[in-house]
Amino acid sequence: MGSLGLILARVLQAVPTLFGIVVVTFLLTRALPGDPAAYFAGAAATPESIAEIRAQLGTDQPLPLQFVRYLKDLGSGNLGQSVSTGQPVASELLRRLPASLELTLTALLISVSVAIPLGVLAAVRQDTWIDQLCRFVVTAGVSLPTFFTGLLLVYVFYFLLGWAPAPLGRLDMLHITPPPVTGFLVIDSLIAREWSTAWSALKQLLLPSITLALFTLAPIARMTRASMLQALASEYLRTARAAGLSSSRVLMVYAFRNALLPVVTTLGMVFSFTLGANVLVEKVFAWPGIGSFAIEALVVSDYAAVQGFVLSMAVLFVLLNLVIDTLYTLIDPRVRIDG
Amino acid sequence: MTDITINTITAAPRSSAWSRGFAHFRYVMTSNPVTLLAFVMLAAMILIAVFGPALVPHDPLATAADKALKPPSLQHWFGTDQLGRDVFSRVIVATRLDLLISVSAVALSFFVGVAMGACAGYWGGWFDKLSGRLLDTIMAFPLFVLAMGIVAAAGNTIQNIVIATAIINLPFYARVARAEVSIRRNAGYVQAARLSGNSELRILIEKILPNTLPPMMVQLSLNMGWAILNAAGLSFIGLGVRPPTAEWGIMVAEGANFIVSGEWWLALFPGAALMLAVFTFNLLGDGLRDLVDPQRRT
Repeated sequence: MGSLGLILARVLQAVPTLFGIVVVTFLLTRALPGDPAAYFAGAAATPESIAEIRAQLGTDQPLPLQFVRYLKDLGSGNLGQSVSTGQPVASELLRRLPASLELTLTALLISVSVAIPLGVLAAVRQDTWIDQLCRFVVTAGVSLPTFFTGLLLVYVFYFLLGWAPAPLGRLDMLHITPPPVTGFLVIDSLIAREWSTAWSALKQLLLPSITLALFTLAPIARMTRASMLQALASEYLRTARAAGLSSSRVLMVYAFRNALLPVVTTLGMVFSFTLGANVLVEKVFAWPGIGSFAIEALVVSDYAAVQGFVLSMAVLFVLLNLVIDTLYTLIDPRVRIDG
Repeated sequence: MTDITINTITAAPRSSAWSRGFAHFRYVMTSNPVTLLAFVMLAAMILIAVFGPALVPHDPLATAADKALKPPSLQHWFGTDQLGRDVFSRVIVATRLDLLISVSAVALSFFVGVAMGACAGYWGGWFDKLSGRLLDTIMAFPLFVLAMGIVAAAGNTIQNIVIATAIINLPFYARVARAEVSIRRNAGYVQAARLSGNSELRILIEKILPNTLPPMMVQLSLNMGWAILNAAGLSFIGLGVRPPTAEWGIMVAEGANFIVSGEWWLALFPGAALMLAVFTFNLLGDGLRDLVDPQRRT
């Protein structure tokens, strides 16, 4: 089977997973305490008006029928109305998604570009100070609550040093939001040639993404170190050395490329943590992404919004995993041969 | 029988199981000082959780408007919060609630996960397929987000925080249990037990499960820190614990509003306590893992 066929098979595998996610979010919606119709009708509702709303929502029908209706709604992109904003949940989520993606992707970029060199160096210079540093970063990284690191950074870099702007969203009041192209403010303002806006947006972005990066650094660095150690101890590496290849070639081509594969697989778990931690970081920095939208919705018991958030996060996670597996198939020739 | 083998191998004088256990514990502790430190910290934390509320210098809920937002001093070691409550007392008192939430969540998911994984690994068949599907579906969600959804749907109470944390921890235990049981399913000693007429359930519970405990204990300790982080994260975003209850997550959330104006002690001390607790369990887990499986040392 060619790699294209394998990728296609992997995409098909995601279908039952997606179905499972939809079933769980549906069940979560039905598990709410009390009657959503009574909730929507408000305090002054009569039994008739509640029954009317119930019929309107479809909650008077048996569960399987409700599920079919839910599927139909999802198919047409309808995630329900948000009680708190009065807007459709789907459009609200779409409007806020770029902010969350900008934060998450920047954080991942930072953490990958720090964690992988750190892990490699720790493995190559085992038991030196850099290895100890790596161990310290890994242990501290998994022990620090994200929201706590965020607050510490705000205190040090905003209050004490004054280097960072106030943790209040994506852009300060002085700048006008550039016309949206990608939805990423930094890139958009670069496209619009608004240099000072780009700089300001970048400064706002820096602290939250470093916070998130510190959290995701640990698992990536740990995995890189472990798999690099394994590659360094392997027989093909001994052969490569014995054949007289230069040490940089042995290290970068033979050891590093093989060590990278397990790291790519851990990225899936890292994404799971990142998307969760994203919610906390967004709250700390008042970042207007889908996480803070969900928190606002939680506070006022806006269930449709919360369920829409959970569903879209899960779908995002499945898609990210799909991308990773596709990458894996492309990088690793063994997968193609075994398949 | 085990008594005899151990005594002949180590040639130690016959001693009670208790003192042998203690000797092994001492050996483990002295071989790795970090694990020893983690055990001491755990013991201190348990002592604080048990006796802390009786020993604190101030009432954790007593407000005093004239003493609001005072920095740490001799009288108030960790300062006072926006309502004049003593932060030190609140951090100490919160230990019990935080440990209780995470211990009960982890215990719940440990027992359910082991039972599920053991049955799936031992008998296989439809139950294995069904539970595997269920676990895959749980893992298909970003776990913290799933916990948020569960708490939002089931109601905003501490009990539901425990259940949600237990559910997102379930896959880790069930998978380890399934793997450990299924590799022992047809081991020599299991076949011997089967031939001598033991029932399947008895074999599973008395012969196989005790042997899977060491790797399970490691998983338990490694997950404990993560469970604390998740529970605190949930209360940080306003789920579960409600003010004025003292809990680390919610205390950090309340202190967050004052960080930008420089009142650092409100968020720092509960945050540091949280970090220390997670750190303790992570060290403990790493130490235990080195003990059980020296090969996986990283």
